[in-house]
Order: sequence, then C-alpha cells, then structure tokens
Amino acid sequence: MQLKRLAADVVIIGAGVVGTGIARELARYDLRVVLVEKRADVAFGTTKANTALVHAGYDAEPGTWKARLNVRGNALYPKVCGELGVSHKNTGSLVVALSEEQAAHLHELKERGEANGVPGLEVIPRERVLAIEPGVNADVVAALWAPTGGITSPWELAIAYAENAVANGVELLLSSPVIGIDMSEGRVASVRCPGVVIDTKFVVNAAGIWADDIERMVGRDDFEITPRRGEYYLFDKRVGHLVSRPLFPVPSQSTKGIVVAPTVDGNLIAGPNALLVGDKGDLATTAAGLAEVIEGARRLVPGLPVRESITNFAGLRAVAVPAGDFVIGLSPGVPNFVNAAGIQSPGLTAAPAIAEAVRDILADAGLELVEKPDFNPVRERPMRFSELGRDEQSALIEGNPLWGHIICRCETVTEAEIVEALHRPVPCTTLDGVKFRTRAGAGRCQGGFCGPRVVDIIHRELGIDPEQVTKKGGRSYILSGPSKDPIQRQATCCCSAETGGADEHKIEMRECEEVGGHAHGRV
Amino acid sequence: MSRETSELTCIVCPVGCRLRATVEDGQLVEVQGNSCKRGATYALDELCAPKRTVTSTVRVEGGFLPLVPVRTREPIPKDKIGQVLFDIARVEVKAPVRIHQVVAADVAGTGIDVIASRSMSRVNASHAE
Amino acid sequence: MAAMRTVECDVAVVGAGPAGLAAAARAKQCGAGRVILMDRDRELGGILNQCIHNGFGLQLLSQELTGPEYAEHFINEARDAGVETLLDTMVLEVTQGRRIVAVNRTEGLMQIDAKAVILAMGARERSRGGVIIPGMRPAGVFTAGAAQRFVNMEGYMPGKRVVVLGSGDIGLIMARRLTWEGAKVEAVLEILPFPSGLTRNIVQCLNDQGIPLYLSHTVVDIHGEERVEGVTVAQVDANLRPIPGTEWDIECDTLLLSVGLIPENELTRDVGGELDPVTGGPVVTDEMETSTPGIFACGNVVHIHDLVDNVTREAWTAGEGAARLVAGQQPGGRTVRTRAGEGVRYVAPQILHVDNLASRDVRLFMRAMRPAERVQVEAVVGGEVVFSKFERVVRPAEMVVLTIPRGKVSPGRVSLDSASPDHASGGAQPELVVRITPRDCDTAAEGGMKA
Repeated sequence: MQLKRLAADVVIIGAGVVGTGIARELARYDLRVVLVEKRADVAFGTTKANTALVHAGYDAEPGTWKARLNVRGNALYPKVCGELGVSHKNTGSLVVALSEEQAAHLHELKERGEANGVPGLEVIPRERVLAIEPGVNADVVAALWAPTGGITSPWELAIAYAENAVANGVELLLSSPVIGIDMSEGRVASVRCPGVVIDTKFVVNAAGIWADDIERMVGRDDFEITPRRGEYYLFDKRVGHLVSRPLFPVPSQSTKGIVVAPTVDGNLIAGPNALLVGDKGDLATTAAGLAEVIEGARRLVPGLPVRESITNFAGLRAVAVPAGDFVIGLSPGVPNFVNAAGIQSPGLTAAPAIAEAVRDILADAGLELVEKPDFNPVRERPMRFSELGRDEQSALIEGNPLWGHIICRCETVTEAEIVEALHRPVPCTTLDGVKFRTRAGAGRCQGGFCGPRVVDIIHRELGIDPEQVTKKGGRSYILSGPSKDPIQRQATCCCSAETGGADEHKIEMRECEEVGGHAHGRV
Repeated sequence: MSRETSELTCIVCPVGCRLRATVEDGQLVEVQGNSCKRGATYALDELCAPKRTVTSTVRVEGGFLPLVPVRTREPIPKDKIGQVLFDIARVEVKAPVRIHQVVAADVAGTGIDVIASRSMSRVNASHAE
Repeated sequence: MAAMRTVECDVAVVGAGPAGLAAAARAKQCGAGRVILMDRDRELGGILNQCIHNGFGLQLLSQELTGPEYAEHFINEARDAGVETLLDTMVLEVTQGRRIVAVNRTEGLMQIDAKAVILAMGARERSRGGVIIPGMRPAGVFTAGAAQRFVNMEGYMPGKRVVVLGSGDIGLIMARRLTWEGAKVEAVLEILPFPSGLTRNIVQCLNDQGIPLYLSHTVVDIHGEERVEGVTVAQVDANLRPIPGTEWDIECDTLLLSVGLIPENELTRDVGGELDPVTGGPVVTDEMETSTPGIFACGNVVHIHDLVDNVTREAWTAGEGAARLVAGQQPGGRTVRTRAGEGVRYVAPQILHVDNLASRDVRLFMRAMRPAERVQVEAVVGGEVVFSKFERVVRPAEMVVLTIPRGKVSPGRVSLDSASPDHASGGAQPELVVRITPRDCDTAAEGGMKA
C-alpha cells in the first residue's frame, strides 16, 4: 500500500465536539490543520451519548479548568450556535431540592456558582418551581434557578464545527486511527495513521476515552482515563412537554445525578447513572442501570411514563485520574504535544472555551497565528422540511421534487435532506451519520420504516453496495448479502459436502438425508 | 408390517387437538384426541404423505421491484421442500409478470408448478398493479 | 410563491393496505361519488406486499392465498369500483374539519377536503426501545417486519445466524422464511408460557424446520460492538422477570424482534380523537366512526388483527359508514357503550347505535384475556345475556368475533334502566358487556367423534 505523506502545522487527534471545536478555531488562522478520527464519522464517540446540556457552571470547584471553561463556554454558546446553525435553547435549569437538607445544599451551590462568575442564580421557593414546572415532584421544597442553563445538540455542533473547519481549509481524515507517533529529540515529529504519515509541528490530543493511549505514544504517563459509563432513556416527543427545562437532583460527591431534560428536538431524556467500567468498549446498557435511571428520573418527575420510551443507550465519560479536572495544557516533557483530555462533564458546555484555551496554549508554545482574511465563520443550518411553513415547503418541492418525498415518517424527513446530507463537506456514509444529520431513524419507530429506504439512497448516491452499508462504520454491516445467495451456495456445496461440516451446512445436510442423497441442485 | 405411533398437533382449525395416531403400511390404524373427522384425515396425511405449500421469491429482470413472490400451486411433498427451494433460487423471470404465471414448471419433479403470487410491471411502466 | 392545490372529494382513505382497499371500494360501491385512496408506498397493497406466505382469505375467499394475491384481488376491486389512487404520498396532517394535507413528488403539497375521512394507516412494530433489552447496540437487531421487507422486497438477507424474540406470527413466519433462504435460525424465544402465534405456524414454521421454541424465556443481553455477536437468554418467572442463574448464551449475528404491533395513531391524536387505552387505537362506533365526526377508522389502526379477513370485514363497515354519511343517512338516536367484562381484554367497536342493533347484524371483535377451552362468549345488557355462542377454544392470539343478529337487542332492552350493576364509568349510559365464561359441561351438545 502506498504511504501518503502530509505536512501539517497542527494535527488534532479526535473529532468529537472538543477536537472539531479546536479545528474550527484554528481554521481562523493561516495554518495547515489535519484532524484525524479513528471512527467512520465525527461525533461517534462520547459526543453522541451524553445529556446534551449547556450547564450554567455552579458545579465545579472555583479555580479549576472545569469551572473557568464552563462559564466561558456557556457565554459563547449563543454566538457559536448562531454562526454554525446549531440548535440551542436557553431554557434555564433547576436543581430541585426534595427536602430541607437538600435545600440547604442549594445555597452552597449558589455561592460556588457566584464564585465561578455564573450570573442570575437564585434560590426559588416551592410555589414558583411548581408554577414553571408542574410535572415536578410535589415534595419539592425549593430549587436553584440558573437562567444561563440550556440544551443543545452535541452531534449537530460537532458536525457543524467540522464542516466549518473543512470549508475553511482543515483536512479531515476519517476512519484513521493513530497507530503511532514518531518522536525526534524529545519532540513530536510525525503522526502515523494507516496509509498516511503526517509530519507536524504540533499535536493536540483530543482523543476522548483513548487520550491516555495517545499520550503513551509520546512516552508520557501523566494521567489515566477511567471510563465511567452513564445510561440514558430517550422518550417519545408525545411526553416532551412534561418538563420545560433540565431538572437536576441535588448533586452528590462524584456526579451531577440523574437528570430529566427536554431535548432540542422535542424528546425527553433521562439519565445518566454512573458506573466505572473496565473496558473502553463497554457501552452496554444494563437492567440494573436502566432501572436506576428510571428511579432517579421518577424522583424528579413522578409521572414519567416508561411506556413512552423509544430507546435507551449508554455513553462513556472520559474521567482523568489522578487529575479530577480537565487535563488541558502542554504535556510536561514534550513541548509540542498539547492535551485536551479528561473532558467529562461539563465538557460539552466548555467545548467552545476549550478551543480558545488550546489555541492560546499553542500560541504560547510557538505556533504562529496569522488571521485568515477570508475565514468564514458561518455555516448555514441545513434546511429541514419539518421546520418550515407550508409555503416554504411548496417552494422547495417546486425546485426539487425530492423535497416532496417523505422518507422518515416519524420525523418528517424528506429524501432531499438525506441526499444533501450525503454530499456535504464532511463525508457521511453510514445510517447513524444520516440519522445525526437529518433525524431520519431517530423517531419512535427507530428506523423500522425508513431503514431500508435510507440504505437504498446511500447505495444510489454514493455507489456503496447495500450489503456494504453500515450502521456506524467498521464492520457494522446492516445486511449480510443478497437473498438468493445462501441457498444457492448450499445447493452447490451440498453435492460435495462431507458429514460433520460446519454449522452452515447443517440445514442442507438434513435435506440431503431426507431425499436419500440423490444428486440434486444441478447448477 | 411396520407400525408406528406418533404424537402430533392438528392444525386444521384453531382448536389444535393433540393427536396420537398409529399408522401401518400407509393406513391409519388408530387415532385419538381428535374432535372431528378432519383431524383423522390430517393425521393420515401428515404421517404418511405430509405436504406443504412452499412460498418464496424469484428474481425479476427489469421489474418494478427486484423480486416477485411465488408459491407452489398446490402443496408439495414435505421432503422435497429443500430441492424446491434450491430450484426456485436459480429462476429469474423477465418483467412484466402476470399473476399466477408459471415461473417453474414441474418443480423438483413434483408435477406441481411454481406460480407468481402477483402481477409485476416493468420498471418505469405507467402504473404498477 | 407556490400555492397548495385543493382537491374535493366525498371520501378520502389514508392507507392502501387491506383495510384501506376494502373501505375505499365499499364506499364507492355504496354510492360515494369521489373516493380518493392514498398510500405512502409506491404501490397499493400495504403490508400485504411483503407477506408472501399463504394463509390469507380462507374465510372470505375460500382460498389460502398469499398476501400479494389477497391484495391484488382487492386492488382490482377498488380499481373496478372507480376508486382514485395517490401513491408515494404522505399525509402530513388531518384536521377536525376533514382537511387532509398530503405531499408527494409530483403534486407537491396538496389539500384534500373530504366529507368523510377513513383512517387505515395500520400499525408499526414495537422496537427494541419499546421492550428495553439491555446490552450493546450493534447493527443486526431488526424488527421482524423490517427484515421481512429486506428479504421479500429488496432482496437482501439481514444475517446468517438468527435468534427470534417473540413467538407472534410475524416472528414465526420470518423464522421459516429466513431458513428457506439459507440462514440458520437458532431459536425462537417467547416470554409468555404459551406461544403468541397460531398453532399452525408453530408446526409449519418451527417444528418443520427443527427450530427450538423456548417458552418463558427472553433476551437479557446483546453482545457485539459493531455487529451482533450473540445474545444471552434467560428463563423468566411468573412475573416475566428473568430468573438469575438461568442465563445461557446463543451465538448469532442477527436478533429479530417480534414483540408486538402498535396502532399508528399520530393522525388520530392530531384530531384529538378519543383513544382506547387498551387497544391503543381510536374509540369507534359500529359505523367505525371515531369520536371526531366524519372521521372513520378501520383495520390495525383501530386494534391489532390476526386474520386479514376480519380486517376486510371491518373495513367494509367503515366504507358503508362513510358512504352513509356522504348520503346524509347516518344513524342517529341513542347509543350503547360496550365494555370488556370478565375474561375479555378489549372489545371493539366501543359504541353501538340502538337503531343498528335493531336493523342489522352487528359484529363485535374482542380478544380473550387468557387461553380457555369450552367457553360461552356472551353479550350482556342490564345483567341479562342477550346473545351468546359456544367456543371450543379461545386464545388471546386469535380474535373472537361475536355477531349479534339483527333485532336481538331491541331498543326497549337498552334503556337507562339497563345500566349494569357493575357499571364502571359512573355515568348513566346503557352498556353492553361482553364476557367469556366457562361453560358448564354438557355432553349432549358435544358430539366429539372418533376415527
């Protein structure tokens, strides 16, 4: 295989919301930036499996990266989402105290928040809570009202960051795991992925739960990433109105607790619990974990109907130990390797601020930042049929009939949107990729109706054989092959079959016996 | 000379009587558990000459859809199902297809044809039936 | 600026599966002028197009047809009756004023104003999220119907080694279908202690193929990060909870879910129609009219059927009802509410016209709560049995039909005094309660025969 050789000023490892945010920030400057991602699409790691909250910032200890970047990131959200056409709702949020003891804790949170620079915090009494959130547990004593809290779409943001970065000159390599980093005189010299070597001046480690593995490639062992799994329930839009804003329990030592929140698309989300897992691939939901989520969710919203759940899933928090805080900075001992690691909660909120911080760290480390005069910060929000009025819909259909062909019935997604998503600056080749860009498959039937149709559209638009189409890249094939092949293969091999063959021969062996071993299945 | 007793569930009607039947030389010697005569007939057929209707699909060239559903016109001997399926797998028909058109005559030597279960027009034809 | 075309018609039917086809044809045959039948798929027939197995039409057509054959029969009938069709067309909304907004590639958005609307959208399958199976989320988990579409219409196999969760008919049919296409079906699991599907399917789909059926079992874990690699199954107790220590693993690359159908009631909810909490479908009258005047419903969208023949019968009633409305001849007068009594899970229709009971046969559809043998299915008004029939066997999986002959329930019988003593809803509306009770052993009426 021919090895491609690239030259870069900065290689960013990991295309989650942190890595893509950094890429877009660096795209403002006259730099060669290469963003590498091991999976088949951006946002396919922790970015797609979290509570999707924009935190106000009262949780973290003052003076920590978490505290500083949460508040700064929160302030940046309206501008960033506006420029990039990403959903964001400034709903405010509530920490709900169900006892006097819990209520006392609210004041601590308020003080901490104020020390962190969080504006507008207020402890509000029971009556006001019930007036704005009638679905909340009637035992509520008081709540901490945080007007700057909100909700967003984390994968939308990562995709938008990546598209804007690419549009402004960043090179994106998907399905490109980093297999090695070559050093020279104590500095990073190049990054190796299958089929490509990238000579680079700087490396940014935004590799999520794999950040410690990447760090080890430069000979450092300053932190370990211990994955902490959180499980979630997603509920039908029919019950999306049960809460109007994120509801938090009074937090514990280690976790913000099980939240009930609306999503920007109108669903309801509940979760996460928290469990340390040993395996970085352990994204399994568990009976106990899911039960824990429902129990916690029902404590806040007693009327939550499990019956209306449309799916459940798990995400892994990248918790850095012994750090406890974000690990952001130049690696001690490697002067051109920058960590943006251990980005657990409030990582999503902090992402825009992490991008600024990493930019500054790179500048301090010697990266020259010359602003590009033609940098375009705007990425247009892709049009969604379901968000338009009838006149606009009609006009679109007149221009392109595919706007009149509904593919996903549950979310009212048209063929035009799916086709468009398959031809945007960041390649989209998977069912999940289509789902995160268009909502097709995210509704109550979870792709039961639209699945075959989306496979067909991917096949037609990208020339990928239907049996090569995957759910999320790698070997996550949807189909195993054409329907007549298996029985035809059995027909040809049956005549020369031996007894005691592999499992796949069992069926036709039975048939052979019943017809007395006569020659059959002549080709 | 060979006498065999078997247990089977009758499927002629929703009752699903649990039958116990004894067969000798192709004749029903005894049956228990049935509530009606049809059950006795079923027991004999099922034990001596079980038959099944085979339904499947065959590939269509130039059709509105890539496959057309087919079935055996009548039930075929149960022990021929495998061979019938192998034979059907090799068939390809050209659109347009008329419902009940023969797609494989005398399949697997059963004397029974495989027929199309629906009509299918050519792709890009004015309307599919 | 593009304007929406508006079309006027007498009856608009949403969904062209067996229910919509029969309702549209019947409405036209009963005198409705312009009948428009629309479907989101590119051809008529609905779910029948992918149901290539036989067993359809035994009662109505005296034949055991495949789904597509049954569909073609009724497609021809609809065409011959002069029903207009709109394919590849998605209905976006229905209003209480019976205005439908629909969209397709050729017409764009259009408004269809109808005197009567018949909802026949059928059902969707319950997905993994609806039954909560813990584990990883790899590719290779399909609902049985989605797999059926791939195999029978697109020409692709979902996998090579399959486990099926749920012994409902769709799961059983697919177990055989996949085997007949060369896959290996390792097992069918059923959480209840009895199969959910027809005995005939257990025999022909599982026993014939040597596929084991495990009752009182369910899937408790799914393995595989990218593609299914196996499942863990466990036995369940009387409360359907997995019993610790009974777990075992089955290697497979595909999990098929056949865990229930849910009536597709987005549009019904949009018009604010009253829904029945047990069926998940709209409350309907014996005209198949919902609580929104002029909006009718029939087929799986009202309650999940198992015999397509019953779907067709129910659809005929809806078509007739719609035509009557168009002709200004809807029955008025008093109504009786039906209620599921002992042994019955639900009954439809939920509202009967006293005039209809007097002037025609009225068909009630219901499901038994549990399997039972030798029972009386009874219609009770004011504590008195007004009609009953003997059933040798009832099963939850097989819908029970009770046709009350014309005149059996006279207007006088159904007065306010006849409100049942065990009347639950507290109001003073008369009730017709259906119940399934064990019949006293009566050998004279038996007539069992020996060979």
